[in-house]
Amino acid sequence: MAQDVTFRVETRTPAARIAGIAALICIVVLFALPAFASRSLIQDLFFILTMLVLAQFWNLLAGYGGLVSVGQQAFVGFGAYAMFGAAILWGLDPVLAIPLAGVAALLLAVPTAFFVFRLQGAYFAIGTWVVAEVVRLSVAQWRAVGGGSGTSLPRDVIGDMLGLALVQDLFGVRAAAARDILAYWLAVILAVLTIGGIYWLLRTKRGLALASVRDNVEAAKSLGVDALRMKWLVFLTSAFGTGVAGALIYLQKGRISPDAAFSVTDWTAIVIFIVVIGGIGTIEGPIIGVLIFFALQSVFAGYGTWYLMLLGAFGIVIMLFAPRGLWGLFSDKTGIQLFPIRRRLIVTGQDGATIREKDNG
Amino acid sequence: MPILALQNVSKSFGALKVTDNVSFDVPKGQALGIIGPNGAGKSTLFNLITGNIRADGGAVQFDGQDVTRTPPMQRCLAGMGRSFQIPQPFGNLTVFENLVVAATHGQNLAEAQVTEHCANVLARTELLGRANQPASSLSLLQRKRLELARAMATGPKLLLLDEIAGGLTEAECDALIDTIRAIHAEGVTIIWIEHVLHALNSVVERLLVLDFGRIIGMGDPAEVMDSREVREIYLGIEI
Repeated sequence: MAQDVTFRVETRTPAARIAGIAALICIVVLFALPAFASRSLIQDLFFILTMLVLAQFWNLLAGYGGLVSVGQQAFVGFGAYAMFGAAILWGLDPVLAIPLAGVAALLLAVPTAFFVFRLQGAYFAIGTWVVAEVVRLSVAQWRAVGGGSGTSLPRDVIGDMLGLALVQDLFGVRAAAARDILAYWLAVILAVLTIGGIYWLLRTKRGLALASVRDNVEAAKSLGVDALRMKWLVFLTSAFGTGVAGALIYLQKGRISPDAAFSVTDWTAIVIFIVVIGGIGTIEGPIIGVLIFFALQSVFAGYGTWYLMLLGAFGIVIMLFAPRGLWGLFSDKTGIQLFPIRRRLIVTGQDGATIREKDNG
Repeated sequence: MPILALQNVSKSFGALKVTDNVSFDVPKGQALGIIGPNGAGKSTLFNLITGNIRADGGAVQFDGQDVTRTPPMQRCLAGMGRSFQIPQPFGNLTVFENLVVAATHGQNLAEAQVTEHCANVLARTELLGRANQPASSLSLLQRKRLELARAMATGPKLLLLDEIAGGLTEAECDALIDTIRAIHAEGVTIIWIEHVLHALNSVVERLLVLDFGRIIGMGDPAEVMDSREVREIYLGIEI
């Protein structure tokens, strides 16, 4: 080999550069939107953004970590209840209680992990669900936050919420609308931090280790990868993020009950649907998935049971004909990745013998 | 001091003793070949050394440390690099990324520190041209090379090869032997299980014969191959 051969690693692609600029514009528009948009649009976007956050964390867990949990509602509900508890019992500002809700979910995740990490595959899934039910039944005994029938955030707590007065002055709207706008802004921040954080993680050597564990755990261990630590990392991270999202969702709702906050349909089944139709194991997948889900919901939600059957049928069709989801299908055909994590080795200074990008030989 | 020492290592699967009181040393820098008929317990012995299977009894020492109860991940960090008999690539990662995982985690280094090292390992295992292909797209020979490359990327003091020449054509095999010989020449200790005897014997300095989980012969390859016991049991020749 020649003396002056140099190697470097590249992850950026032209599509990603465009996507980066588009994302920046998108974030600015989303922040500025309350100035022009109707209240119902803000509420819809809040729903989309919070579901997107839940979907990203479930995708981190299942798509990257191989941990198929059906018990994420435990962290949504526990986070939300932690926020309600902190606001009602300690008089803490609900906005400031949101990160605390994440910590509460994290603390719940530690004993949960000790239990469910002993289980594999389907048993793991059922184990997480069992834990979620146990947490729901336990929280329903908590009288101070309304027990089984739930409670609302007190009027004075909501009225004094951090930043609420500022939003009211800024847009000249009533308190209820201002709360929606505030929650929406927090949802934008949370979604940006979530996607940015996950993307950062996947581009570190830990992200690569995560992919290796998912592909072949025995080989990964033999090459020095701490597989168990990777499982803990994604499980705790997902729990924290899911708890924060749960608290934010119920800050906007203002009312909570155990059955709603620990709903397996709302916080796990639909989230799985979003990830699966969009494309599991990609950051783009949940984004596409949540938009499709929202469109389906807007058009068909009036049809009652038929709507759920339609969602199920749609999910089955996608799984049969595009097992890597709609984004996976698109990405396979075009090679486009908006959040590239593939590291490409570039060799320079070696005449003629450059690396073949595609070679079927 | 030997780099690897096994003392009375045993392992049973149910009533079947697959490793029966095995003891041997491997001096630093040696290339040791392990042969034996199918089911002799070669791969089990291998997995006991790497920690993928835990011994029922006895002790394994590596580089002066007792590693009998150490998990495979820590043994890798201590300097054991292994290949798998059936290649186990990370199919969704590229060939280069497969090596980056091994180099960063197997040596506890940052990504930026390993690019050069990984590229060099790819070059000497003749995979540089495939660096950016998904590992799932490789042919059998390339997968075997990737097994070797990944083990090398962890910067091993002891390289453990499990039937790496199996299923290859003569020419492919010869190219692989050259690569392994070059690695050995740099002072890396090698333990190599192989059925392709001419490949094995062109590299190793010492041969260990295993049958029914016991060592039935050990020493200079030519002498071992000539011994009556080995010819009877391993080669099935009646004398």
